[in-house]
Amino acid sequence: MRARDGLALAGGLGVAGLLVAAFLRMPAVGGTVHVYRDLVLPAAQHANTPNLVSSVNFDLRALDTLGEETIVAAAVVGVLTLLPPRRKALPPERGYVLPTVRFTGYLLLPVAVVLGLDVVLHGHLTPGGGFQGGVVLATGWHLLYLAGSHSALQRLRPLTWLEHTEAAATGLYVVTGLAGLLAAGSFLANFLPRGSFGSLVSAGTVPLLSVFVGMEVAAGVVVLLSRFLAHGLGHAR
Amino acid sequence: MTAVCYGLAGWLLLIGCGGIVRSRHLVHTVVSLSVAQSGTYVLLLAIGYQKGAGAPIVGQRQQVPVVDPTVQALTLTDIVVSATITALLLALTVQISRRHGTVDPDELRALRG
Repeated sequence: MRARDGLALAGGLGVAGLLVAAFLRMPAVGGTVHVYRDLVLPAAQHANTPNLVSSVNFDLRALDTLGEETIVAAAVVGVLTLLPPRRKALPPERGYVLPTVRFTGYLLLPVAVVLGLDVVLHGHLTPGGGFQGGVVLATGWHLLYLAGSHSALQRLRPLTWLEHTEAAATGLYVVTGLAGLLAAGSFLANFLPRGSFGSLVSAGTVPLLSVFVGMEVAAGVVVLLSRFLAHGLGHAR
Repeated sequence: MTAVCYGLAGWLLLIGCGGIVRSRHLVHTVVSLSVAQSGTYVLLLAIGYQKGAGAPIVGQRQQVPVVDPTVQALTLTDIVVSATITALLLALTVQISRRHGTVDPDELRALRG
């Protein structure tokens, strides 16, 4: 035990020394030189995308986002493999949920769903995008569980369809990329009309790809959490 | 400002690694990994920051400078990867707990079939 801690301390001190040496040669925080910013800004304004982060994610570096999306899909597949579905249903647990918690859960459920849709759909205009909105949607869905209604969650959670949705959304991202290859000559090219600056349907393929990612993340997280809930309930060791 | 940002990033990385080394519970190990990874968020955002600049949401002919959106997009990627890895590791923890009957890394002496 002590030998391991000492070894880790020595290694940590070495890494700390290297970090200090590296940080001393880095530019000061808050400076005005940002080369990538100066390249992204005119490109995003030309493509009518006010949200520069979404422009980077779904237009300029859309190929990286394809990889990122594939990581999410792979992680969901991995969890589904590690936690196989349970054969017999667990007996319903008798628990007590405070009425205020129940009320707040049902009150916030529609708010969370509307907020998640808003964050996904306006990803190219305002802060947000597919990843953030998808997580809001999936966690909003589980307010049903927090409100103490596990049976309602099971009824309003079509897991088979969600698994198909996740796979289809991941595939549609690639299909959009191939359409860009055919229409504009490069994979994931922004080939759709750019529309007018700041309107809902604008920025070409950016909102389309954002919606696909939102569907994939929302469905993936719900499927993932369903396995954790099935294995966690009544199985505390 | 510079020292605080870079120092915080390095501190989070090292304290997270220290947590992994000293961990007595696998869930604690996973959370420590998340702490170590959040050091990279601070580092990326510090690199892209510009004093007095706005958020990277722009108008059509905006002249006001904005912070670097590229590192913010990288931070988003980083968070997504961190969340998926956390999910996978927690699923592994559930299986280890079931098969070996313990979640203390020191009691897992060997990989048994």
